[in-house]
Amino acid sequence: MITRTPRSRYDVVVVGAGPAGLAAALGAREAGAEHVLLVDREPEPGGILQQCIHTGFGLHTFEEELTGPEFAERFIDRLTERGADLLLGSFILDGAPREGAVQIVGRDVGAARVEYGSLVLAMGCRERTRGALRIPGTRPAGVYTAGLAQKMVNMMGVLPGRRVVILGSGDIGLIMARRLVLEGVEVLGVYEILPYSSGLNRNIAQCLNDFDIPLHLSTTVTRVGGRDRVEWVEVCPVDEALRPIAGARRERIACDTLLLSVGLIPENELSQRLGARLDLVTRGPVVDSTLMTSVDGVFACGNVLHVHDLVDWVADEAMRAGRFAAEHALGRPRPRDSVRVVPGQNVRYVVPHTISPDRDQEVLFRVARPVERATIVAVAVGEEREQPIVSKKIRYAFPAEMMRLSLSQADLDKIDAETLRIDVVERPPKKDPKPKGSRS
Amino acid sequence: MLYDAAIIGGGVIGCAIARELSRYAVRVVLIEKECEVGFGTSKSNSGIIHAGHHAPPETLKGQLVVEGNRAFPQLAEELGFGFKQVGEIVVARNADELPALEALKARGEAKGVPGLELWDRERLLREEPNLSPTVAGGLFAPTAGVINPYECCFGLIQNARMNGVELLVESPVLGIDRRDGFLSIKTPRQLLHARFVINAAGVHAAKIAAMVGLTDFTIQPRKGEEYMLDKRMKGVVRRIIFPVPAATTKGTLVIPTFDGTIMVGPTAEDVDEHDISTTDAGARSVFDFVRTLVPSLHPRDTIAEFAGLRAVSDSNDFIIGPTAVPGFINVAGIQSPGLTAAPAIGRYVRDILKDEGLTLVERDDFEPRVRPIPRFSALSMEEKRARIAADPASAHIVCRCEEVTESEVVEAIDQGARTLDGLKFRVRAGMGRCQGGFCTWRCMELLSERLGLPIEAITKRGGGSWLVIPRLDADPNEEASR
Amino acid sequence: MTPPDGVQRMVCIGCPIGCQLEVEYLGGDGDAWRIAGYDCKKGKSYAAEEVTDPRRMVATTVAIEGASWRRLPVRTASPIPKDQVLALCRRLHAVRVTSPVAMGDVVLADALGTGVDVIATRSL
Repeated sequence: MITRTPRSRYDVVVVGAGPAGLAAALGAREAGAEHVLLVDREPEPGGILQQCIHTGFGLHTFEEELTGPEFAERFIDRLTERGADLLLGSFILDGAPREGAVQIVGRDVGAARVEYGSLVLAMGCRERTRGALRIPGTRPAGVYTAGLAQKMVNMMGVLPGRRVVILGSGDIGLIMARRLVLEGVEVLGVYEILPYSSGLNRNIAQCLNDFDIPLHLSTTVTRVGGRDRVEWVEVCPVDEALRPIAGARRERIACDTLLLSVGLIPENELSQRLGARLDLVTRGPVVDSTLMTSVDGVFACGNVLHVHDLVDWVADEAMRAGRFAAEHALGRPRPRDSVRVVPGQNVRYVVPHTISPDRDQEVLFRVARPVERATIVAVAVGEEREQPIVSKKIRYAFPAEMMRLSLSQADLDKIDAETLRIDVVERPPKKDPKPKGSRS
Repeated sequence: MLYDAAIIGGGVIGCAIARELSRYAVRVVLIEKECEVGFGTSKSNSGIIHAGHHAPPETLKGQLVVEGNRAFPQLAEELGFGFKQVGEIVVARNADELPALEALKARGEAKGVPGLELWDRERLLREEPNLSPTVAGGLFAPTAGVINPYECCFGLIQNARMNGVELLVESPVLGIDRRDGFLSIKTPRQLLHARFVINAAGVHAAKIAAMVGLTDFTIQPRKGEEYMLDKRMKGVVRRIIFPVPAATTKGTLVIPTFDGTIMVGPTAEDVDEHDISTTDAGARSVFDFVRTLVPSLHPRDTIAEFAGLRAVSDSNDFIIGPTAVPGFINVAGIQSPGLTAAPAIGRYVRDILKDEGLTLVERDDFEPRVRPIPRFSALSMEEKRARIAADPASAHIVCRCEEVTESEVVEAIDQGARTLDGLKFRVRAGMGRCQGGFCTWRCMELLSERLGLPIEAITKRGGGSWLVIPRLDADPNEEASR
Repeated sequence: MTPPDGVQRMVCIGCPIGCQLEVEYLGGDGDAWRIAGYDCKKGKSYAAEEVTDPRRMVATTVAIEGASWRRLPVRTASPIPKDQVLALCRRLHAVRVTSPVAMGDVVLADALGTGVDVIATRSL
């Protein structure tokens, strides 16, 4: 599968060989694309999965609980069987979407121009850094993003420090808290500025509670101290506007490392260079129902499109992107979209941004605030009236969890409007709250 | 061995003096306490090359700044660092401040600052439409510019070393002894003898002077906090925007940096010499102030912040000259516009040394140019192809955000980068949007390989700024299971 | 193990949904339990196991020589008793393997006498 000398033209070129890229390439091959090229910067495929050595991947895709490297290796094996060219240590410098070509530089190819029928963007995301948080204080060594620390521990075999404070309760931060404890590092606490965790509940249970690591909600790091290396951080509770409470006790915690798990940002510099329009909320491209961006023939999937919570959904979305990309490359167009999808009540964003009412669709979205007992409603917004098309009851929804709503063609037949709005509406509490489940 | 001159302090001043002396057939050593040059004040400042009209003509700084400004275009060209002559505007925020502009203009013209123009409100807002609509007028100075100050430092020392200057890093001066006709400098690892000792120790200059018994001046570190804004603010001003100056500083500025981002600052606060922290209060004062000049600036766009220390002498002027101790020359109290004045200070110190009896014979093999590390990201696609064909390591992108290649990183290490910060400030690896999240590890590996050090010995910026520690089970008695 | 008294609450770790579970020991002839809050069979069995014999999967690394990385990721083939997690990690500090290793290879058989193998989670 690994190539050093790519062809001059491919049906589908996929940028990034992480979970999204691998699945997109597989999707493209399965949909009939004969020549598929995967390009990745790293010396091996798998992307970030190679450092995510914890379990929790693949429940939906493989119906078993795998680690990141296992999930990656299964996809790599499937793709190897299907056949695709994999170009490693290589970087897409630029593209010429009108000519349908990208300019690649890399370890093995030097500089090469490759033409494509379709291009799939699957570059993933990067971690938010200290700069974006504006934490005052000094700028010593020892402030790392959780992902960098994960790479240090799991692949390089070194430790980022001895006494660690974690800011942000994103899943990577929670996973790293446990990982460091297993390696004998002292994890002093996880601090979250929001009143709820931005990670999954099960990770709070198995990564923090199992090891008695305290989680401090509505609290943030307000100052970093230490000249050469982190010596302490100052933490302070925050008010509802997420501002440090004036007069509240500011506690100094002696530590040598501050890990940040404060969010992920899609890596869309190449997308922008190609001219793709971005959504200001997702910070990923605006896409249609075939996951094509505003640039003809350029598709996007995975964390470059919007940050996902589960790799299974990344792979699922990317398989579809790969299939659509192959169809486009092979000259099998679908009817154009005619309905705009917009976020409504308690919904931060919806992907895709448009849909076509003539086939089954799946829309993905996230809620803005946690809710219990809610109903997802898809509302057709016409000039004259609003009409609920589909509604689905859910027990709860968290911003950390990506939501999915399937729309069948029968549902969509009811739409007589240009706009479909997705709401998540709270339901009144039941009179007699009886949890689900029965006696055994 | 006896050096003709030992320079204490590898900031931009020490480096400029070293480079100036490297034109002559003399033995010169530069002694720096940090791991690399330029890691103190010279790294953390506004990066402005002043036109020269702010400082009063009767002061030494007022005299050296204009000459320094004139030297920069050639210096930048020879040393291969970027210099953009963007110009500056002193903005009168109301009619009361207008007379101050005229006074500044007269002062500047008397000192020979070229091209000064008074702009009325209409002209000012046409040229800089994002200024507050309430401004009253401005004084434009076309010769002011911006650089990345650390690049200037690296260029100076590299050129000085090419021409024979020795550089000792991680060598804090512990004491200086007066001997017969020379001075001896003690560091943790060396004992160095020199006919002349040049004290360019920045905020530590008074401490160094005290080592030879000189206590005739003090240095007060004055902290300045600076805030870098997101690229989306690029172009909000095209020239450096000054307020009408206050007594203690030139005020808080809006600076279009060499890299095209907007920086606001600095604050001015007297602190002790270890305080390089940014503060909530500092951020507030900076933004409250600059919003009176450019209302669209907002703290939410901050992407990075830092603080640096000015070395403010009790005379509030540069202190440059021989002392009561034979052979000991002070170059102290170099606060703003020290960066601009640096090339002129180099020549000024050279003349002092000549007056003090050092024979300076120009070398005929002096090479004024350094070959800068070619920036891959700045090349056209054609040039990139050619470069990769000539040097395959140029096809390995180490830092994806700034598009820095492995060959750039390796060359920076070969030119003296020993730390992550050294790489960042030389070739921008880790300076982009991910702030090193992706390339830190590769940079550490390359430093480790090229310097022959274990990965755990690599630091952020020397001293105690360690990055990683070995695993706790790094145990020689591990068993083999396969 | 003695069944605990009262209602125990826990978050299911079986899948990302993270159901809030309740377990109560009812005693009686059939050693009966009340388990509530689960959404699937896995949740129900997790709850029962968590109060009698809590177990966890362990994912960590071991030293590898001759590979492009210094560490090989490994995991337990199935969950082990929770109170042995840290001991297993310490035990694995002493394991050193040599490349090549295939995904699924056993790097430590019958770890700590639990009957559970520790396997490589990638080929390297």
